[in-house]
Amino acid sequence: MSDFVSDFWHYYVTGLVVLSVAFCIWILASNMTRRSPGPVSLHDHIWDETLQEYNHPLPRWWMYLFWLTLFFAIGYYFLYPGLGNLPGKIGWTSVGQYQEEMKKADEQFKPIYDKYLKQDLLAVAVDPEAQAMGQRLFLTYCAQCHGADARGAKGYPNLTDGDWLYGGDAATVKATIVGGRQGVMPALGGVLGAEGVKDVANYVRSLSGLAHDSLRAQRGKDAFMQNCVACHGPEGKGNQALGAPNLTDRVWLYGSSEATIVETVSKGRQNQMPVFKDLLGEPKIHLLAAYVIGLSKNQDKQ
Amino acid sequence: MQSQASYDYAVVRKFAIMTVVWGIVGMLVGVIIAAQLVWPQLNFHEWLHFGRLRPLHTNAVIFAFGGCALFATSYFVVQRTCHTSLFAPWLAELTFWGWQLIIVLAAVTLPLGITTGKEYAELEWPIDILITVVWVAYAVVFFGTIVKRKTPHIYVANWFYGSFILAVAVLHLVNSAEVPVSLWKSYSAYAGVQDAMIQWWYGHNAVGFFLTAGFLGMMYYFVPKQAERPVYSYRLSVVHFWALIFTYMWAGPHHLHYTALPDWAQSLGMTFSLILLAPSWGGMINGIMTLSGAWHKLRTDPILKFLVTSLSFYGMSTFEGPMMSIKTVNALSHYTDWTVGHVHSGALGWVAMISIGAVYYLLPRMYGKNEMYSTRLITLHFWVATVGVVLYIASMWIAGVMQGLMSRAVNGDGTLTYAFVETVKASYPFWTIRLLGGVLFLVGMLIMFYNMVRTIAGQKAVNAPVLAVSAAH
Repeated sequence: MSDFVSDFWHYYVTGLVVLSVAFCIWILASNMTRRSPGPVSLHDHIWDETLQEYNHPLPRWWMYLFWLTLFFAIGYYFLYPGLGNLPGKIGWTSVGQYQEEMKKADEQFKPIYDKYLKQDLLAVAVDPEAQAMGQRLFLTYCAQCHGADARGAKGYPNLTDGDWLYGGDAATVKATIVGGRQGVMPALGGVLGAEGVKDVANYVRSLSGLAHDSLRAQRGKDAFMQNCVACHGPEGKGNQALGAPNLTDRVWLYGSSEATIVETVSKGRQNQMPVFKDLLGEPKIHLLAAYVIGLSKNQDKQ
Repeated sequence: MQSQASYDYAVVRKFAIMTVVWGIVGMLVGVIIAAQLVWPQLNFHEWLHFGRLRPLHTNAVIFAFGGCALFATSYFVVQRTCHTSLFAPWLAELTFWGWQLIIVLAAVTLPLGITTGKEYAELEWPIDILITVVWVAYAVVFFGTIVKRKTPHIYVANWFYGSFILAVAVLHLVNSAEVPVSLWKSYSAYAGVQDAMIQWWYGHNAVGFFLTAGFLGMMYYFVPKQAERPVYSYRLSVVHFWALIFTYMWAGPHHLHYTALPDWAQSLGMTFSLILLAPSWGGMINGIMTLSGAWHKLRTDPILKFLVTSLSFYGMSTFEGPMMSIKTVNALSHYTDWTVGHVHSGALGWVAMISIGAVYYLLPRMYGKNEMYSTRLITLHFWVATVGVVLYIASMWIAGVMQGLMSRAVNGDGTLTYAFVETVKASYPFWTIRLLGGVLFLVGMLIMFYNMVRTIAGQKAVNAPVLAVSAAH
């Protein structure tokens, strides 16, 4: 694998490195004078009345330090990649080091996770040790969006409330983490117009019993039936197969204020849960899914 | 040849005063963002948000404070050591107003969110063009003055100033290559890892040439002047100058260890950073050893205290830097506050302290005096600033190492022991100490401002006559 588009760059880099190191060696080697007996000479140039220069020889320890770093560099280029395409004697690469470390970690940790992979998700969800591991995974990979307490934030679902956009059974939660999700609400501002959007927003608020303008809600209902039912259903109860939220409950992903709903309807929403399949692998996802299911189960008990 | 001509101090005077003013502004912004880390609720408005103020802080302290100090001292030093007035003083005047305009534009555009997103090169393309114009004018004045010098030899300080001016021109032109899409938006001409590499080639050489070579030029004039001793070794200055400017150019990749940057580039970044240790220390040795025979002056002369302490911090941070560039050390220190501590031991300890010392030397001489209004206030400034720097870097070392260790701690099942937010929580005490250190340093600058005002008040600006070249040649 070459980092260069042509051999020219290999020679260019190697040439410059050799030149630079050789220059340092030359300038150091050509100034290795020892102190001659007698007083140190003072150059006879004088600038600005008082500025003069002694010509002390280079301090020995300083020269040794310089040589040491130069030899270290030369040795390093011999052992490690550095001179363009030359790979270095010990064949080290950062990718190789990464793969080796990952392999070692896999060997060490895989049995711990594999133990749970064989168990049913719901059984893992009640295993306290598995829950502790799941929480540690959650805090590392999921807390950035869903929060350390998994209660989510605007645009990031609360995972503890027992309400699910795509479904809360074990297989679905796991599928969500494995493959990610793309949540898309189309922008309807153009179709409905500003007034139409406001009407729909009031109708949507009426579905969950929030304060609304009943005249607008009445008009909004017609628009809703024409434009929204395909995903949210005629009763507004949503569709988990599409990830279309239930509009009749009091759970809001972006917020329930009229202004927020107007924004959602007119501009649409784009949301994404990332794919974790390759990053984490199934054994860890199994534990994570169990942890997430355990979260809402524990919530139910309270 | 004691001529009637006098040195052009007007531009030096203005830059010296603005050094203090921009120092206060830049460090105040630093104190604000340090406070925002301790109390996040201080992020009042998008214009005053940490993400917008942080580049304003770095630009203000590096290019406004540091830049004005470099302009002031280089214009002063090049005239005095060439025994001639400035070449094209009107052009020097233009660099002053141009540079101030750039700073003001930076102070307006950065809080508004107008940025290229390239660290230490955030200013958008119209300002980049303005910088180029001012910089070319600067080079013309500086090298023009060198050409019309009356001395046969070029004094060592001018080598460093000259290399700084040339290198910064190259860095700025290459790194700022960008494609404008509107008046205030452009995209980098480079993409992906090449963009990152160009950025850090620029970024580290901004440290190497703007914040090191330029200030070494300052050191080579003001240390021997204030100590009234000859420079320790001409030979050492030759060797470390050439070695320094030859190796600095390679060091950038150490900012990109363990990234998509190819292995060979990472190796070169690390090894050349290590090679840099000796050339960097050459400057420190030459500065500190210049004091041989004059150490007693440190007791009574606070300006010398500033200069020598700055050299100590220079030595410290140029040791720390190569160590941090070693990949295994970097694996711990990178992305932690250790980096922030390292930068500030260089920025406050070295760059700011040597500038402060130089400005204390310059200011009275701009008004025909030999001393500042109050030497005791300089001493007070020195101690307040020193305690401030120590608090700052010590707290960042502890916080950085702690963050690094917490980030790599792993449980028995391979999961991380600490979530990121736990490292944040654990850092609060150290961020508070850092804020205190920053406040102290700012207080020192305010003391300096008062001292400056009292020194200048009621005084007439005086331009010293151009000196004849000494007969010793």
